[in-house]
Amino acid sequence: MLVWSRSGRLVLWVLFALIFGVLFLAPLAVILLSSLADQWNGVLPNGLTTEHYTDVISGSAGRAVKASLITGFLASALALVSGTWAALSLRLQGPALKRLLGLLFFIPSAVPSVSVGLGLLVAFSHPPLLLNGTVAIVMIAHFVLISAFTFGNVSAGLARLSPDFEQVASSLGARPAYRLWHVTLPLLAPYLVAAFGLSFALSMGELGATVMVYPPGWVTLPVSIFSLTDRGDIFAGAALTMILVVATLVLLLGLERITKRATGS
Amino acid sequence: MSAAAFTGTSVMDIDAAKVRGAGSNVHFDKVSVAYGAHVVLHPLTLDIAPGEILAMIGPSGSGKTTALRAVAGFVRPASGRIRIGATDVTDLPPYERGLGMVVQNYALFPHMRVEDNVAFGLRAQGADKALIGERIKDALATVGMSAYARRYPRELSGGQQQRVAIARALAVRPRVLLLDEPLSALDAQIRRNMVEEIARLHRSLPGLTILYVTHDQTEALTLADKIAIMRDGRVCSHGPTTELYRRPPNRFTAEFLGRANLLPVTIAEAVGSKGFATARHGDVTLTGAGRDEKAGDKSLLCIRPQHLSLTADSEHTNRIVGTLREVHWQGELTHLVLDVDGTPVRVSATRLPIALPEPGTKVPLFFAPADTSLLPEDAGV
Repeated sequence: MLVWSRSGRLVLWVLFALIFGVLFLAPLAVILLSSLADQWNGVLPNGLTTEHYTDVISGSAGRAVKASLITGFLASALALVSGTWAALSLRLQGPALKRLLGLLFFIPSAVPSVSVGLGLLVAFSHPPLLLNGTVAIVMIAHFVLISAFTFGNVSAGLARLSPDFEQVASSLGARPAYRLWHVTLPLLAPYLVAAFGLSFALSMGELGATVMVYPPGWVTLPVSIFSLTDRGDIFAGAALTMILVVATLVLLLGLERITKRATGS
Repeated sequence: MSAAAFTGTSVMDIDAAKVRGAGSNVHFDKVSVAYGAHVVLHPLTLDIAPGEILAMIGPSGSGKTTALRAVAGFVRPASGRIRIGATDVTDLPPYERGLGMVVQNYALFPHMRVEDNVAFGLRAQGADKALIGERIKDALATVGMSAYARRYPRELSGGQQQRVAIARALAVRPRVLLLDEPLSALDAQIRRNMVEEIARLHRSLPGLTILYVTHDQTEALTLADKIAIMRDGRVCSHGPTTELYRRPPNRFTAEFLGRANLLPVTIAEAVGSKGFATARHGDVTLTGAGRDEKAGDKSLLCIRPQHLSLTADSEHTNRIVGTLREVHWQGELTHLVLDVDGTPVRVSATRLPIALPEPGTKVPLFFAPADTSLLPEDAGV
């Protein structure tokens, strides 16, 4: 323990509560209240209602949730496969090449997502790569934006993995594919699940690139929220936001349970 | 489970019979390893006979682990060839070399139960289920871990994990077993027990060739048929364990393998037919076991601390006098440090006179010529 005095600990707890409360909880609480507000003219809503939830669920929310979940799953799965592949391959390269390629992988995350969307739109609007107006271009946009994070997570896991495991497996007669499937990937499982969870969460909240490329039939939750709030329908936007938060949380908690069961921790 | 002995059951005897004769010799033929311009193993030529335990010992960075990893296939020699039995394995990947390996942290697969860890190699090699079941049973019985088959590694103590790691390596019936500092993660008491247990295991599996890398001389002396002492990427001595201990060929070996007092002497009379030479240390004439020393040669007389006595007898015909500097009592042993003409001399005694002399007093020390070894002063490798 870094702080021994009782008063010192109390001050730290109050400071933590203030920072956490103001920066994290307050915005979420306001959105939650907005999603349930009948009217909001004063400090607190005038009355509470579930009408906004009924409206958005009976309207386009179902389709938006489905689009977001499918996009998040597929883009994250693709990013997980390619990020893992890249991390495993780069591990075998020399330090200079490893650094260079690792850096390249992170470039999309340093570019504004709107620019990534614009780039994809321009690149894929002419034959032979005509993807403009398709679901595929949304998937690609999400994949480009999140793959750096899966790569980073898996690389961190690999760096912590003792080479002894794989070497002992090889000495016992395990060929590379058998070793990868039965030793390396199971040992990386917590990092793979964490990478998938992070990618999924990022994808679920992605807006900048998606608004540039989404086709009319594939409106994701953030795009729906943006449209609603842009039209001034704040309460419906807030209800949709809460649906997004719950959907993401349920999935992340599910992944955490899987990780715990897999690692026995 | 305590660090009890590997079981001497009938299962082990059956297992031993199956493994007996399966060992292969290992031949290093001018094997060198380099990382860029940095040579970590200079051309090494060495043989390990079938069924032999060769211990490679040496300080950190001496190249011993590199040599083991070259046999395992994890480092590629810059030059030279490695043969296991009749097979040149230099260009073979590790999974085709037919080895078993135990490493310092055991590297048991944490997501597999003990039985699945032991079965790993056999499953990887596509063995049939019945054989795998039989081998799991045999290997776990050999190391006394049958009752722990369903446990996960995290549910085992360090000593138990070490046994499972050995069982896993034995289950594939390796041509050669590679042990890379397998006991260094254990505490001193368990380590002592495990050394004895590995010795017992090898007695029950006499056909098994073992390359044992360690920096611990006690492990090497207890287990090895032969020892190779490494220093700066080179073998500085190699030979049967007792021979290397009793007649170290150079100063580094004498000092690395056990403790040694090295008295500078000048040969007075060359080695005679009985293998002894007389030498002068200051005004004192001493007799020591020599090789081919000639009169006038500068030499070092090696005497192990436990061979020095404070009392004379008919065999202890050599006598030197030193000034007592320090006394360290360690229960079963007492260590005395004396100054003999500027050379520190250590005595390890189990029995001492009731009244020990005070530090600063002159004390005579006696030792037998047969317990000494002359080695050339300039062989400082």
